[in-house]
Amino acid sequence: MSVDAAVRQLRFRDPAAARALAAALGRVTRDIGREPVSVMHVCGSHEQAIARFGLRAVFPKGLNVIMGPGCPVCITDVPEVDEAIALARQGVHIATYGDMLRVPGSSRSLADAHAEGGHIHVVYSIGQALDLARSTTGEVVFFATGFETTAVTTAAVVLGAVPPNFSVLSAHKYIPPVMEIVAEMPDTRVEGFLAAGHAAAITGWGIFEAFVNNHHSPVVVAGFEPLDILAGLVRLVELVRDKQPSVVNMFPRCVSRDGNLRAQEQLWRVFRPIGGRWRGIAHVPNGNLRLRDEWAHVDARRRFTIDLTSLWDDAPPTLAHQCICGDIMAGIKSPSDCTLFGSSCVPDMPVGACMVSTEGTCRIWHQYGSAS
Amino acid sequence: MCLGVPGRIVEVNGLVATVDFWGIRRQVRLELVDQPVAPGDYILNHVGYAIRRIPDADIEGTLALYEQLLREAESDGDLMVADVRGEIAAAEASRDER
Repeated sequence: MSVDAAVRQLRFRDPAAARALAAALGRVTRDIGREPVSVMHVCGSHEQAIARFGLRAVFPKGLNVIMGPGCPVCITDVPEVDEAIALARQGVHIATYGDMLRVPGSSRSLADAHAEGGHIHVVYSIGQALDLARSTTGEVVFFATGFETTAVTTAAVVLGAVPPNFSVLSAHKYIPPVMEIVAEMPDTRVEGFLAAGHAAAITGWGIFEAFVNNHHSPVVVAGFEPLDILAGLVRLVELVRDKQPSVVNMFPRCVSRDGNLRAQEQLWRVFRPIGGRWRGIAHVPNGNLRLRDEWAHVDARRRFTIDLTSLWDDAPPTLAHQCICGDIMAGIKSPSDCTLFGSSCVPDMPVGACMVSTEGTCRIWHQYGSAS
Repeated sequence: MCLGVPGRIVEVNGLVATVDFWGIRRQVRLELVDQPVAPGDYILNHVGYAIRRIPDADIEGTLALYEQLLREAESDGDLMVADVRGEIAAAEASRDER
């Protein structure tokens, strides 16, 4: 398909601007004179927009736009899911975001725990988990997942008036450190990063300056409209071409240099960063957010003795060892490289976390079609 | 979970705002928002919290993506539309006084 035909088909808000940006992206990529040029975005919503609007049809052939570890549900590690399941088996009410339900633990998911009689509640917000705690005398644990954009809301709740039967099992993750890990992976060869607009609304774009200095990889902050993404990619590939490792903010309507200081203050008052594993990726120094000692009374890990060993007696599902979610999240492989994708692993019967979450690469490609 | 949703503030009552999302009114918490807000302002809502006041000059540009998504939302299983609806539903729970 020609770029013009693709642009016509995509119903861009401003087709002329889209055509110009797509042409510029092709020109700048060709200027580099080798292929592929690989860049990575770290946001499920970017991948959704790329797939939904069929943007890959207008990307030049020589440009490889990879989704990295940008799905907070997918990178929630197996032992973290196991902790929530073990608590449910102890009779505790678990409230969590819907996408977490079918994410596999070592031998089962929270959906399995629910089928076995566990009290698992899907909520859209931590506020709904608080309401649940107020409506029951039982213990309610909010299994808190998500990046800093979501962690700030958990922090705000912890700083407020919390019912005595409410606590938090934090699996929150912090994006900036994982970019360091991915940049150092020998197999990825990522030459630049597209940073997610709304996560950067919290941290600000200034946080990426140290990363750029350390790794000499440019970072462009971009929004979620098709034109935002195309414009962000043009700027990013220009920086790669010109060997200009710097941070450029292409989403000023949402992201400032310093970010949301009020939210940051609450985030760091409640959480401290510690090292920990991200599913399929690696141990990420400072990549996990845990409650500070001061908030021990609302920390489920301190309030309960969580016994994971009972979960280890059961064998993991047989297909799990063929799952390549880890390589997909590290940007080394694509869903189309997986023998399970679309056959044994589908949204209704997912094997890996990337097929579970609406922000997982496999789920997105399955929904919108990998050809686009 | 990455995509916040913009809405227009109708009323502010302490740390809770009533926000209009394309005709749907919901309660949104204000503990995290970066600037003071008043009726008529637009905020970006993420899981029931305003995380940013959208500057006046940027309102139209911010709304455009969502209006396109909601206009084209006829197909079931559109993940972006589902996320937008989830964000609006997230604000619903805060209706009680806290």
